[in-house]
Parts: sequence; C-alpha cells; structure tokens
Amino acid sequence: MADKNEIDEVSGVETTGHEWDGIKELNNPLPRWWLWTFYATIVWALAYTVFYPAWPGITGATAGILGWSSRGELAQEMTDLKASQAVYLEKLAATDVTEVSADPELLQFATAGGASTFKVYCEQCHGSGAQGGPGYPNLNDDAWIWGGTIEDIYTTLMHGVRYEQDPDTRISDMPAFGRDELLERPDINDVAWYVRKLSGQEFDEEAANRGETVFADNCSACHGEQGEGMAELGAPNLSDAIWLYGGTHADIVAQVTSPRQGVMPAWSGRLGETTVKQLAVYVHGLGGGQ
Amino acid sequence: MEHQPSTQELNPDNASAPAPLDVQPVNAGAKQKAQPLYAAREQIFPKRAEGRFRRLKWIIMLITLGIYYVTPWLRWDRGTHAPDQAVLIDMANRRFYFFFIEIWPQEFFYVAGLLVMSGVGLFLVTSIVGRAWCGYTCPQTVWTDLFIAVERFWQGDRNARMRLAKASWSFEKARKLVATHAIFLVISVATGGAWIFYFADAPTLLWNFVTFQAPFVAYSTVAVLTATTYVFGGLMREQVCIYMCPWPRIQAAMLDEDSLVVTYNDWRGEPRSRHAKKAAAEGKSVGDCVDCNACVAVCPTGIDIRDGQQLECITCALCIDACDDIMTKVGRERGLISYSTLREYNHNMAIAKNPETGAIDPTRVRDADGKFDDRVKHFDWKIIFRVRSLIYMTAWALIGVVMLYALLSRDRLEVNVQKDRNPVFVTLSDGSIRNGYTVKLLNMIPEPRVIFLSIEGLPGATMSINDVDQPEGTSFAIPVEPDKLRSLRVFVSQPKQFTTEGRASFHFIAEDKQSFESDTYDAVFEAPEK
Repeated sequence: MADKNEIDEVSGVETTGHEWDGIKELNNPLPRWWLWTFYATIVWALAYTVFYPAWPGITGATAGILGWSSRGELAQEMTDLKASQAVYLEKLAATDVTEVSADPELLQFATAGGASTFKVYCEQCHGSGAQGGPGYPNLNDDAWIWGGTIEDIYTTLMHGVRYEQDPDTRISDMPAFGRDELLERPDINDVAWYVRKLSGQEFDEEAANRGETVFADNCSACHGEQGEGMAELGAPNLSDAIWLYGGTHADIVAQVTSPRQGVMPAWSGRLGETTVKQLAVYVHGLGGGQ
Repeated sequence: MEHQPSTQELNPDNASAPAPLDVQPVNAGAKQKAQPLYAAREQIFPKRAEGRFRRLKWIIMLITLGIYYVTPWLRWDRGTHAPDQAVLIDMANRRFYFFFIEIWPQEFFYVAGLLVMSGVGLFLVTSIVGRAWCGYTCPQTVWTDLFIAVERFWQGDRNARMRLAKASWSFEKARKLVATHAIFLVISVATGGAWIFYFADAPTLLWNFVTFQAPFVAYSTVAVLTATTYVFGGLMREQVCIYMCPWPRIQAAMLDEDSLVVTYNDWRGEPRSRHAKKAAAEGKSVGDCVDCNACVAVCPTGIDIRDGQQLECITCALCIDACDDIMTKVGRERGLISYSTLREYNHNMAIAKNPETGAIDPTRVRDADGKFDDRVKHFDWKIIFRVRSLIYMTAWALIGVVMLYALLSRDRLEVNVQKDRNPVFVTLSDGSIRNGYTVKLLNMIPEPRVIFLSIEGLPGATMSINDVDQPEGTSFAIPVEPDKLRSLRVFVSQPKQFTTEGRASFHFIAEDKQSFESDTYDAVFEAPEK
C-alpha cells in the first residue's frame, strides 16, 4: 500500500492509496446515504436477533422476544388448515354416505380427502393405485366380494373383514375341503375344472362334467348355481374373469383344498366415521362402484 | 420563471455572449481536491430548458403517463360472462384481458414473446440512438421530470430554488416546500393507485378503496408504490440512475461507434472562451463554446457534457436544447452539442487537431467565412441502417410476425388428456379391459358451450364419465361453463374380443357443433401383454 494518496494521471481522480499489483483504486466517493443504508442493515440484523431465535448457547439458542418457532408456525398452519376444512367436515359428518355425491363440492372434498387417507392407510395392501395384488382385491374393477354400492363399501371399511375385535365385522368362512378331508383329491381336481368351465376358461371336459355334481353338492349353496357368487355371504363370483387368489387350475385346487382368507381391519375406531366416509366415496369413485 | 428571449428578439450580429452561469458539475469534485470515501449528495437544481428535445420530452411524458393512468378505465364489452375492463390482469381467475385478446395461463408465452420483443427492441433503439430509453421513456426519468416541473411551479427556476434552499426557515419557505411535497405525494398516491386498477375492476375497486372495503393488499401496494414514487422521483432522482440502476451499465455496453450519443463537439467548440471577441482580437484562435455553462445548468443529473461520455448521462438531450439556444443567440451554427456518433466525432476531431501540437485549432474545420470545411462529417441517416440494426429489426419483426400468426390462429376450444398410469389398466369381471383418463375440456370463450366429447379409432370401445349421467357410449354432450375448464374422469372400456396386446392408439375429439371448432388428442389405450 502506498502511504500517500496520489492523483491518477489518466482520469485525474485521486486514488485511495490502495494498490494491488499495480492496480490502484480511484476514489470516486459513494454517496453518504449508501453508508447509512449499510449501517441500517446492521441495526436491522441485530434487532432481528432480539426478536427471533438467533444467538447459539450451550443447550440451545435464544428464543427471541416474539416467541416464534418453526414448530409453532407449523402448528398454526395446521390449525388454520383444519379450520378451513371444518365447514366441509361438519357437513360431511351430517350427510349420509349415499347422499354425498348429490353435492358436487362435498363430493370433491370427500374424494380428495379419501385419496390422501388411502395413501396413508390402505396402499400397503391394496397398492398405490388401488390395483390390489394376489390376495388383496383390486378396488378399480367391478367385482366386489362384499358388494360394490357405496353403502357396502362403507360398511366393509367401518367393520373390516374377518376382523375379530369388531363384532359387526364381515365374516365368511369357506371350509377347507382338502385339509379337513371333506372331499377326496380327485373330487377337488374335478370341481376345479368345472369352475374353469364356469368362468369361460379352457377346461378338461370329462373332469368338468364329473365336477358339476361336486359343485352342486358342496359349493352352490354359497357361490350360486352358476358360480355367480353372493355378496351377502362374501362368496366371490367364480364365473367372472377376476381371481383374488389366481384362476389357474392349480390355484383353484389350492384354494378349495385349504382356503386363504384375507383379513382387513375395521377402520371405524382408528379413522372415525367421517374419514371412513371420505374413503368410501374415493373407493366408490375409482371406477367400479355400483 | 425566468424569461427566455426568443431568437427573433435578438440580432445575432449584435449579440454578445450571455453572462456565464455559476454552476459546477456535481461530479467535478473528485478531480479537484482530497476527497472523503463517502460524500453527501450535491443537490441539483436543473434550469428550465426549451427547444425541440424538451418539447419531445413533454409529448412523451404526456403519452406515457396518459397510457399509465387512463388504461385501467377503458371499457371493452365482452358480453355478460367476462369482465368489461379493456386491460385486466385477473389473478384470482388466472386470466389476462387485453382488449380483444384473452390469455389463459398456458398462453402466457405471448407475454413472454412481447418481453423478448421489448428486449430486442431496446437493443435496436440503443444501438441506434444510445440510451434513449433512459432519457425519454424510463419511468424514473418521466416521473423525475414531472416532479422537477412541480418543484419549478412552486419554487421558481434554478436561481430561485437555490436561493430558497439556502434561505433560513420562514413562512414563505415552509409554504413553498409543503406545497411542493404535498403535490409530490398526491402524484405518488395516484401512481400507486393507478397500478392496482390493472388487477381488478377499476370503478369497483376505487369505490371499495375510498370506503375502506378494499383488500389489504390493495392498500399495501398503494403504500409501497407511493413510497417508491415519492422517494425515487421526489428525493433521490438522478441517484437512482447512477447508483442503483444496473441498466445504464448494460445499455452503455451496447453502444458502438455508430450509435448516436449526446456529444459535445469539442472539435468546433475548443478552445472555449468567455471573451471570444477580445481573444479573437488578440489573434488567438477561439472555438464556438462561450463557456456559458448553460449545458451544465439544465442537466438533470448535474454533469458537464463537455467532459465527454459519462455514465451519469441519461441522454435526455436537454443540454442540446440549452446550447442550441445560446448558439442561436451568439449567431453561431447550432449543434455544438448534438447527437453524434463516435465515428463522426473521431473523424472531425482528426481534422481539427493540429498534427504538431495536438491542440484543437478551430480554423482547421472552418474557412474564413466561418463555413465548415467540406471534409467535416455531419449526421447521416445511413447509420440507422447498418448490419447490426438490420439484424435487430429482422429478429424483432420475425418474432412479431410469428406471434401474430400464433395469436390469430390459436384455438379457443381444447381437449387435454392425462392417462391414468396407476393402474395402467383394469380387467373387469366380463374380461374387458378398462383404462382411466382425466380429460380436460377448455372452453376459452366467454360464452357457455356444449362440447361433444367422443372417442374414435378403438374397436368396440365405449366410455363412461363420472358425474355425467348418461349411458355408456362413444360420444357425450358436455356442457361447459363460459371461459372455464371442465375436468372429467373418463373410463374407456374395450370388450375382451377386441382387445389387442399392449398399446393401441386412439383419439379423443372435442367438438363444438355450432362453431365447427374441434380439437383432437392422440391418446393411448393399454391392455395386458398376454
């Protein structure tokens, strides 16, 4: 650094005396308010640390006299959100689940709420697109074990399926025809071919003919004469293209021999009536609702 | 206000040089004495200028301010289903209305295109006439100009204002200052006020505003814009251009040797002399500049143009008016300060400079009768049409034509389709395959319409629509509200015997059977790979 300020030859402007590798800084003075603005930002910053959490300590930081915290802000936002939803939730609580679709606004609210609830509580089994999987029903299609009207869906959701803690739960109990030796292996083999015939798949003619009697004696009471199923009893339709546990001959034999029986929890206690209504509206609107 | 004698009143032959004004450029200090690192602003009292550029500036101010204040009050009939404000940015409903044009958010590229055109237009103007934006049309310049006019009305011209500023406090001083600043505030409030009218129905908002029923954001916007207008235009003025605005630096970098900039032609002005006749009598060579400082006194940024191009210069050209006035009075040719290109200036400078001493010798550019030498270059229209400006003009016009074509041929009926991807398809109990779609019908005119939505190109397929109570089919009549989008959940099913493996293409067609407008969306139907 040069000790003395000098006048730059080219511009005729005085230098500040600062020099770096021969480059000298000219002194074109900044306006004074610029400096004051700079001081003002410092004052602002300091004041900010008084009002908001700022100075770090050993176990935490100063809280600030406004008492602001990001947690508190979240809580406030959640409260505001709940308040903004309250009017719809109250309306929904007072509306019967079958009446929701009559009010387009309420329908939209319920569908959106149902979709988000579904993502938290249902998609673990039924899949993120409600497409189901082996053992878990696809909720998009038009096949409903326990009925596909909005009331049926609502009841299933409220009380669950084979959920012992709920006295009103949906229960169906298909006998284990093979495991409990109610039928001989050849009979099971035959009836499986007959079920293939009912559902319009390739089948063994002779075996299916033999199986027709077995079906009439053992299965038609619940599944119907033509295997059309019975939603009241939770007996699936065996004549359609949809198979919860698979539709190959081996799959059917396995299910008749030793049935797998899925369980769904009752959601009334955990989610409450209003949320279950939203879920029912959402599931009903997926495309298969009756 | 000071009286400026018109040119007719003066006989050029008898005119002597006017008394020089006692004024120094505000940026002269740095070159004279030891400076602090920070200095207080030197207040500028621009003297009134008169002439063609001043007149042009008044006209531009009238037009720009007129457009700004009046536009929100213009009406434009769009029928009962759309607002009747000619220019309206309807944030709540996400629509932008501009006379006969209505823009939806997805059409915002028209506005982006306009911005690109503004940018290229600015390059074009800058490459030809330098910082014309700064000098004539920038809001900072226009409002500062207006505020200076107000100041002059209450406090008088330069000398009177300087006296008032120095005077000790009195009733008279207080009265003038209060009057000035009160008008500043009125203008500022009107400026902030006009802004909000672009965003809502102006008459309604004005009534709500004065009866304190307008939304908080209206008041806060007006408050902020009032503050910025008052502080920037009334108090800070040229400091905004010099210290805050990045634009002058960018614009200055876009100048080249053929751009017109406000130039002091020292090749004819120097050596300047306040006593030209005496000096001439002594046999000294004398330039045209009588060193009257009129150019400095009128400058709104307080500089001396005779020091050459400076970043403080906004090229408002008021110094040209001031100097032309003086030149006429002393009987010399106008244009000592003029819009001139660097190339022209260098050329004339080379002629004027004595090759031995390097000093400017005015006799080299004039003959004995005072006429300019033939070699001296003057303004030439050809500089406007050079390669660079032609490229800008072409680009500008091209974007304009493309945009205009896009605007005139755009659709007012649209169908957009989003296919469900989870699940990709659903097998139904009868074995048929169903795909789900979210179909959006856009009725972009302010009239209700029945839009026919149909599917085509998928054998045997039918569709059903949630919330539309019609039996399954291939065509649905959907009423859509005016200027609205209607979103539909559409399920398309194809019976088992028609389904093909994997993907199949088909179309959604939206039609208005009255106007014959239609739009087609190429969609995909997915079935399982067997």
